[in-house]
Amino acid sequence: MVWAESVPRVWRERVKKYRLLGGKCLKCGSVVYPYRPACPYCGHEELQPLELSRRGRVINFTIIRHPPTGFVGKEPYVVAIVELEDGARVLAQLTDVKPEDVKIGLEVEAVFRKYREQASNGVIEYGIKFRPV
Amino acid sequence: MKFSTIVGIAGYGAYVPVYRIRGSEISRMWGAEEETVEEKSVPGLDEDSLTMAYEAAREALQMSRVKREDVGAILVGSESPPYAVKPTATVLAEALGLSQKIVAIDMEFACKAGTTAMLLAAGLIASGAIKHGLAIGTDNAQARPGDELEFTAGAGAAAFLLSRDSERMLASIENVFSYVTDTPDFWRREGEEFPRHTFRFTGSPAYFHHVLSAAKGLMEETGLKPNDFDYVIFHQPNVKFPLRAAQLLGFKVDQVKPGLLCNEIGNTYAAASLLGLARVLDIAKPNQRILVVSFGSGAGSDAISFITTENIGVSKSSIEKLLARKVYVDYALYSKHKGTLKGVLR
Amino acid sequence: MNGKVYIIGAGATKIGEHWDKSLRDLAVEALFAAVKDASIDKRDVEALYVSNMMSGELQGQEHLGALIATWAGIPGVAACKVEGACACGGVAIHQAYLAVASGLYDCVAVVGVEKMTDVIPSDVTAALATAEDQDYVVFTGTSFVGLNALIYRFYLEKYRVKQEDIARFAVHCHKMAVSNPYAQFRRPVSLEDVMSSPVIADPIRLLECAPVGDGAAALILCNERFLKENPRDDLIEISGTAVATDIVSMHERRDPLAASALRRALDIAMEKAGIETKEIDVLEVHDAFTILGILPLELMGYAPPGEGWRLVAEGQVEPGGKIPTNTMGGLKARGHPVGGTGVYQVLDIVTQLRGKAGSNQVEDAEIGLAQNFGGVASTVAVNILKRVR
Repeated sequence: MVWAESVPRVWRERVKKYRLLGGKCLKCGSVVYPYRPACPYCGHEELQPLELSRRGRVINFTIIRHPPTGFVGKEPYVVAIVELEDGARVLAQLTDVKPEDVKIGLEVEAVFRKYREQASNGVIEYGIKFRPV
Repeated sequence: MKFSTIVGIAGYGAYVPVYRIRGSEISRMWGAEEETVEEKSVPGLDEDSLTMAYEAAREALQMSRVKREDVGAILVGSESPPYAVKPTATVLAEALGLSQKIVAIDMEFACKAGTTAMLLAAGLIASGAIKHGLAIGTDNAQARPGDELEFTAGAGAAAFLLSRDSERMLASIENVFSYVTDTPDFWRREGEEFPRHTFRFTGSPAYFHHVLSAAKGLMEETGLKPNDFDYVIFHQPNVKFPLRAAQLLGFKVDQVKPGLLCNEIGNTYAAASLLGLARVLDIAKPNQRILVVSFGSGAGSDAISFITTENIGVSKSSIEKLLARKVYVDYALYSKHKGTLKGVLR
Repeated sequence: MNGKVYIIGAGATKIGEHWDKSLRDLAVEALFAAVKDASIDKRDVEALYVSNMMSGELQGQEHLGALIATWAGIPGVAACKVEGACACGGVAIHQAYLAVASGLYDCVAVVGVEKMTDVIPSDVTAALATAEDQDYVVFTGTSFVGLNALIYRFYLEKYRVKQEDIARFAVHCHKMAVSNPYAQFRRPVSLEDVMSSPVIADPIRLLECAPVGDGAAALILCNERFLKENPRDDLIEISGTAVATDIVSMHERRDPLAASALRRALDIAMEKAGIETKEIDVLEVHDAFTILGILPLELMGYAPPGEGWRLVAEGQVEPGGKIPTNTMGGLKARGHPVGGTGVYQVLDIVTQLRGKAGSNQVEDAEIGLAQNFGGVASTVAVNILKRVR
């Protein structure tokens, strides 16, 4: 997959991915991840950049048992919707937890981990995952 | 060797992965009859020396309460960087949100790179070039499957936020002594997956000669005696070596034990003596003296003496928590985590 | 735009693992079948809309408009690929409708095609996931099944329904597909088969997922001017059509179960068609996963929220029931060659409205509605068909 091996793309998104850079809508107050130019809820075009809270709770999750290319060999792993303390909802992997121990409501905190390697000689993509508190 | 300005530790952080493998499990795999350590730490599938360094550095930064934009240097000591060429330090700086106007470099000197990173960061601070600097020792130690190294090659990171701001200082660097020779006891050639070593040759001409020379050198320069120290931490490739070094230098077991983590997490290479230091700082009282003696194959040792300040003990690292949380893996899962399985579908 | 738009031809390939046929082979086969069904000359087609999602990822082939036109022997026509993830078929019909209704063209063709078996499964999984935000959602390693699993769990948590009751939708689809010559699976499955199949992404099980398959379906659309010159008596009108979108990433929606794009597309299309829910004789829902078969039944008011499963358990979704749904097997059993799906749905309704559905015939079917989802219902196309006699 050609797009999966883009280096500029990884580089461009690094700050948002490394530091959970989101935005707070100055009109409706919604907090979104990642940062973007327009609020998805009210359309307002002023969002204040914000490093989001690193704590939250799992509001839903699934266990990926048949992963897409790039994640093969890592299964089973948990992908969850985490609602951060500031209200933003982030889709992220959970780590350092057995899939069978994950429950809705689980309190989690952000950690910095590897997500994907662009082949064994390509760049490594890092980002925020969550682990149980 | 002494810095012209007082430099000290303003914050420190530790990281040890949650996974462990028991020595007995490695013995079961290879039919060995005894183990060097009880158990050792194993990284998660998504961890490497960089991610571990990040967690330790975040903790050190937080403890120091130094603003991240005020950090002037990040020096990362490791022999297991994720890239052979491409710095770990730059990823960490961006991920931690440090300034882009910063001195950043990866350093390699086998297991000694962490303490040397500390010395160089302290030097930059003492010279007045920067106010605060991060020094990190981190390793996901590699060992050829079946090698005796496999019993101990662990994973962990320790980070220290050094500063000349006396109000933040938890422990000041009192004295430093570095000692090196060309001694090939352990190495890994470019492009090789695993290191090689020279078995018993790694003992007396390598570990002991350098550790003892550096420790004695520091004590001779300062006139300090073993009983002037409250704690001593040696590099810990196994349990025996640091205990024997202590004995040869005239330290008591009680001085060594608090900083001896090898039996629980194995040899974390560039992080090994620094994790021991983090553990000791967590329990130290004000005005105590601590000696750290690292060892890096190739070979050399840094001896550093610290004196704790009134600020010590206000906050602690997470090391006790990290040592206590454990998930055991068997050898099969261990191989997957370490990436030593061949031809895995991906 | 007051011009009426009619479907005068429909054709398709069987859906399955067509190892010996390429994407272009399938597309051309379906297009020729539709042309033949319409009893027109292929040169009457002025514009070609090729609906497809993944040819770029799976074949390294874009520019399907000119490619398919060339291989069909009609180079020169206006042609383009229409993409809207799994909704591209429904969206292409919508676009074709607009082109004909505007009066710019008198006769156009839509061909929906997907060739999914050219690559290994993990590459198909990766390609399907491109329906979501690649940088911030697919980056996490989630599969498309995983995202729908989240919807599924939201539903199960909210309504405390047993998974068996939702999974029964797959049993229904397999039963319907037995007599569909185009269907990928012409065999029944039991609820036990479904519930004992492997978990793909918790809680979704294998037999709750639409299969991976190759296939193409095509339609010929025309206006009244064209009909005057080519008169026929089995006319089907596209009486309503709409496309709507939702926040692309489901986890950001205030209520992930609201399916607001479906609500919006239904409202617009049904108003245009001037119909109410109770007038619909046959329904096609986008059951890529069993839960997506149930949710629309509730949203459209056929059952209260949390009770859509009862319609399936009671056979109300079968011909003769309250709302015959996916009467030719749906995505689950007829098959889901992605770019083809929205077109197959309409083709299945055409079959019903023409009274050609054999043992699955809904008696005197006059109005049918197809809903086609792209992403996790991030794009929804609704097309309403009406028999004209």
